[in-house]
Amino acid sequence: MLDFESEKEMITEENNIDYKSGNIKTEEMVLNMGPQHPSTHGVLRLELELDGEIILNVIPHIGYLHRCFEKHCEAMTYPQVIPYTDRMDYLASMYNEFGYAVAVERLCSIEIPERVEYIRVIMGEFQRIASHLVALGTYGADIGAVTPFLFCFRDREKILSLFEMTCGARLLYNYIWIGGVSHDLHPDFIRLAKEFVTYFKPKIKELNDLLTNNKIFIQRTANVGVMPLETAINYGFTGPNLRASGLKWDLRRDDPYSIYNKFDFDIPIGDGRMGTVGDSWDRYYVRVLEMEQSLKILEQALNQIPEGDVTSAVPKRVKPPVGQIYSRVENPRGELGYFIMSNGTVNPYRIKVRGPSFVNLSALGELCRGHMIADVIAILGSIDIVLGDVDR
Amino acid sequence: MKTTEEIYKILKEKYPESTGDLITGQPVEEFISIAPLKISEICLFLRDNEELLFDNLMNLSGVDDANGENKKDETGANTIEGGTLGVFYHLESTKLRHKLTIKAAAPRENPEVASVAEIWYCANWHEREAFDLYGINFLNHPDLRRILMPYDWDAGYPLRKDYKNPEFYQGMKVPY
Amino acid sequence: MGLLDKQFSDDNIIITKVDDLLNWARLSSLWQVGFGLACCAIEMMATSASHYDFDRFGVIPRPSPRQSDVIIISGTVTLKMAIRVKRLYEQMPDPKYVISMGSCSNCGGPYWEHGYHVLKGVDRVIPVDVYVPGCPPRPEALLEGLMKLQDKIRHETLVKKSA
Repeated sequence: MLDFESEKEMITEENNIDYKSGNIKTEEMVLNMGPQHPSTHGVLRLELELDGEIILNVIPHIGYLHRCFEKHCEAMTYPQVIPYTDRMDYLASMYNEFGYAVAVERLCSIEIPERVEYIRVIMGEFQRIASHLVALGTYGADIGAVTPFLFCFRDREKILSLFEMTCGARLLYNYIWIGGVSHDLHPDFIRLAKEFVTYFKPKIKELNDLLTNNKIFIQRTANVGVMPLETAINYGFTGPNLRASGLKWDLRRDDPYSIYNKFDFDIPIGDGRMGTVGDSWDRYYVRVLEMEQSLKILEQALNQIPEGDVTSAVPKRVKPPVGQIYSRVENPRGELGYFIMSNGTVNPYRIKVRGPSFVNLSALGELCRGHMIADVIAILGSIDIVLGDVDR
Repeated sequence: MKTTEEIYKILKEKYPESTGDLITGQPVEEFISIAPLKISEICLFLRDNEELLFDNLMNLSGVDDANGENKKDETGANTIEGGTLGVFYHLESTKLRHKLTIKAAAPRENPEVASVAEIWYCANWHEREAFDLYGINFLNHPDLRRILMPYDWDAGYPLRKDYKNPEFYQGMKVPY
Repeated sequence: MGLLDKQFSDDNIIITKVDDLLNWARLSSLWQVGFGLACCAIEMMATSASHYDFDRFGVIPRPSPRQSDVIIISGTVTLKMAIRVKRLYEQMPDPKYVISMGSCSNCGGPYWEHGYHVLKGVDRVIPVDVYVPGCPPRPEALLEGLMKLQDKIRHETLVKKSA
């Protein structure tokens, strides 16, 4: 049980709130932000313990979307798992498949052609832009700005039509297979992709004018939910959230996979220019800068892509040797890790997925302490979770 | 940057009885097996020692080793008796850039492993998930209860190899 | 000839049945509960965005179930969530309609075989009017599902059917 009096003093000092308790008797209240809520990005239940409007503790309850991915994997063969990995983090499906394919190829020591590597990187970076557009658009909508939501979805439709041209699906693709990809690129793909890259650069500037430098937005998000660096590493934060706290840590550079070491790109970090290092504005702005860096990688990849056969290395039967591997990739949300144990048969023995949103969400209680109810929405939107990844 | 053999030597010197074997020879990872009740002490050493500095727990996963014997129970279904349930820890150091994998195996009938939730905060939810899906009891965990399944799920631990589905849950039919 | 024939020189008057009028009013402004569960929810959001507009059919998302007519179950319904879905459905006032979007809420979807925590079809807890298949269904498919629901409402009647 909390020591109520000292907690009240602590809150008063930190937030400069003139709180005269006098002789009024006050009580804590428990408020439920239920599984159905317009701003919780899915089915998440938050239990808020409140003292008036100030939060003492936030307890997240998850599991409303637990779809038994790990049990399914034990019954399927290795290639049959790929559609299920799509559906975990449904906003970044290409990257889930990419991570799984990289893990199995490392376990089986399969060499893949260079054209396949380039195609995977191109699809991955397009998916990163699409995922960040949803994150930024819904974040604006949560704070109260409805227009950026429509602008972001308009741009995302162009990326989805590129994906549809390649593999026929808009959201869940089943495209990146173990040892290759399922279809080669459409002949018009490269030209249309280059047109998209030139079209999208001024749109980022438009988004900055609308939302990033907007005074109301800055007041709602700067200095809210500050996460210091040491605590961030201890809580397992990864991805844009960790970079916003000041550490230049990107798995594409620090634990390289595929051909990312051939491309030249920066790693943006948060510098606290609107408030403190590691606040919600920093987490938002790092994502905007990452979209620019993705465009840079895309330009280089689209110019350098070689010819080749994309299905030549796809094995007829995937039967890894007895062993295990933990392999990780840089999802738009953080570090997506696959721990695969194999016992020499065609079915995996155990696949555990380390979802970035699962780990990022566990820090919510720490971030929200001392803020008000409206700030919970701002902090939750800036962490950018997807419930499919949290519950698997 | 240290390799797994060097780290194994350091650990074996400091904690000779609790450190098990270094399992090598199979692709791709090598791992060190450690006694389950001493894990928290050893992990604190791994985090704070200047040569090792493992400040990031990447992953913590429960595994059903299924190395007991298969038996049939009264209804004729397969159950496993004996053997162990394991927990794998994947550690990493962001400053010194090296990684390590360790495993703790606990007996299946009463699986107990010391908790590392006070050392790395991200282990809190991972251990709750291992408890929820495998039934592994983590000693000294601040808040050990189910996280993904409903709080009143009493039909067992779903990811074990000998799990059976219940027929009904609160009036809803569970199988297809 | 009757009393009212050809008495009106204005053409701002329409003569219709009460059934048709009520049905037209109901189907032109179906307000939905903002309720998205999983991947299909993203396609539902894309349907309400500007490319495939939902608003031109009169569908506005409302935050509370007490102010809405239709609930679109988009995504997998798990056992933990099914109890809450039932509660939401009971909180909606009559007349209410349910659209089940995607294979997961139609019949359990890709998780039908080994999903120990997945409810195989939302029609095990609430009655469904229209099923939209797909995984996820395209926005055009969802719009067709909505139009089928509108068709269904067009043929409703106030009179209780006897025997």
